[in-house]
Amino acid sequence: MPDFTKTAVVAQDAAVAAEIAPQPAKPEKARSLWGDAWADLRRSWIFLISSALIFILLLITFFPGMFTGTDPILGDLAKNYLQKPRLGNIGSPDWLGYDQQGRSVYARVIYGTRASIAVGFGTTLSVTLLGGVVGMIAGYFGGVVDAVLSRLTDVFFGIPFLLGTMVVLNSFQDRTTWVVIGALGFFGWTQIARVMRGAVITTKQSDYVQAAKALGASTPRVMFRHILPNTLAPVIVVATISLGVYIAAEATLSFLGLGLTGVSWGNDISDGGNQIRVAQWIMLYPSIMLSITVLAFIMLGEAVRNALDPKMR
Amino acid sequence: MGRYVARRLLQMIPVFFGTTLLIFLMVYALPGDPVRGLFGDKAGSPQVIASLRREYGLDQPILVQYYEYMKGMLLHADFGTQIASGRPVTDVLGDAFPVTLRLASLAFAIEVVLGISLGIVAGMRAGRLTDNVILVVALLFISVPVFVLGYILKVVFAFQLNWLPPNVNDPSNINELLMPALVLAAASLAYVTRLTRTSIAENLRADYIRTAIAKGLPRRRVVGVHLMRNSLIPVVTYLGIDIGALMGGAVVTEGLFNIKGVGGTIYESIVRREGTTVVGLVTILVIVYLLASLLVDLLYAVLDPRIRYA
Repeated sequence: MPDFTKTAVVAQDAAVAAEIAPQPAKPEKARSLWGDAWADLRRSWIFLISSALIFILLLITFFPGMFTGTDPILGDLAKNYLQKPRLGNIGSPDWLGYDQQGRSVYARVIYGTRASIAVGFGTTLSVTLLGGVVGMIAGYFGGVVDAVLSRLTDVFFGIPFLLGTMVVLNSFQDRTTWVVIGALGFFGWTQIARVMRGAVITTKQSDYVQAAKALGASTPRVMFRHILPNTLAPVIVVATISLGVYIAAEATLSFLGLGLTGVSWGNDISDGGNQIRVAQWIMLYPSIMLSITVLAFIMLGEAVRNALDPKMR
Repeated sequence: MGRYVARRLLQMIPVFFGTTLLIFLMVYALPGDPVRGLFGDKAGSPQVIASLRREYGLDQPILVQYYEYMKGMLLHADFGTQIASGRPVTDVLGDAFPVTLRLASLAFAIEVVLGISLGIVAGMRAGRLTDNVILVVALLFISVPVFVLGYILKVVFAFQLNWLPPNVNDPSNINELLMPALVLAAASLAYVTRLTRTSIAENLRADYIRTAIAKGLPRRRVVGVHLMRNSLIPVVTYLGIDIGALMGGAVVTEGLFNIKGVGGTIYESIVRREGTTVVGLVTILVIVYLLASLLVDLLYAVLDPRIRYA
């Protein structure tokens, strides 16, 4: 858990010092945690690389037609059966080879991006909202509410993540993006809830929250205006890293035959795995894309964590 | 200490019942009928189906089924019957569990030894080349999904180099289990490395380390006792939680290398909608997880004498 109290104390000391000895020299520009973090992020090469990668991935997600003109579902058995990649012709339908049904591996890799990104963002968003609300309520009200919600979190946390989602997904014939997001979110919210609860409990005791309460601020106002902004940092870090984890989880479920129905990297890797002795490229290229995507989000999360956590410097 | 353990055990009770109820509801509220599945493509006569359903108690309301199931489990250690084979789930588990246990312990050993030592090396040289190389390797291990890593190792070590067999034929042979164990351990290995590194790098700047060095203690003692003992606390937490994950998370690895363990059995029973088997096996995994997390909390007290459980 990042330790923000330290920076608060340092800032307080600085403020006191400035009051005691008002110096005519130009004042040190006071930056908030976020301003500080942003300044830090802009200098971090990990952040720059990962956000460039994510930008490209988003571009592929929204405009797959920009990258390939080939239909990912169109198979041409007569023309291409297990045709090898021609790595020279970058961007052409045959540069990453064809799969056993004569479908362009390149087109499938491009169109498969959307599935992974959609599931990653969708799950992270739902998990953050659900976990955030549960964690906020448990942390703010404490007592019986906290005890009940914490035990509920323990219950969901105790079920192995992959097994739980498998049981849920197995009962759906048509596993759309929403179904997969729902199943992953159903078991995934516990981590954010725990992080949020911890952050709320720490923030709740600070002076400005006490002051706001003493001035008669309503409960929602204290929650959203005073506590929420100061609990966001750890939640954002966990959410960013888990985005990559959910993308990997979706691919794993597809690999097991319980993921999305349709074009997705996990399905292609699973298909390619069965022909790994004759045609390695069918599984190799989706695997590379998947790994790069997961890596990009985990790196982004690391960069954000380093920027938001002064202790790591 | 005794009171703390008692309190934790008491807290585990609602979690245990909640988790089993949740699995139970999920498995039985979802469509699919294992009795009908027994007949394959043929439609069984309604009378036979009805009598089989009565025999397995599937005609009762869900909460009654749950009550009966828990009663059998708690009073007679009866985890139900696998409908497809008619064998008790405990028997099925008895076949699968030793295999998974062997695989998971090997993976755990790799994770602990390699992860902690790499983490210490990286943490001691924080910010230098060694640290960055280890960081990149760890990030790679985290981001390459398990099944991709498994395929890569298979292609390289089994098909190209012929060093190891691609599938596990004899689960008691440690050599055959080496590759699956490495695959299973990979992601956790990277996390352990990162955790240890962060913790070591942070504590290296602590006052008590400076004091220990200033006292003239040998480096071995400063690192081995003062630094390690303080740095390993978060690592132990992670390792404890990971024991459960290694047991249950082996679904993919066991499938890849054709190992007949708990993960493979659970996967099969989920796909075949074998409710009782799924519930029984997952329940046992949950118990393992709950006990592991209790063990971790108790280990804290050993590692950090400042923590006292009243």
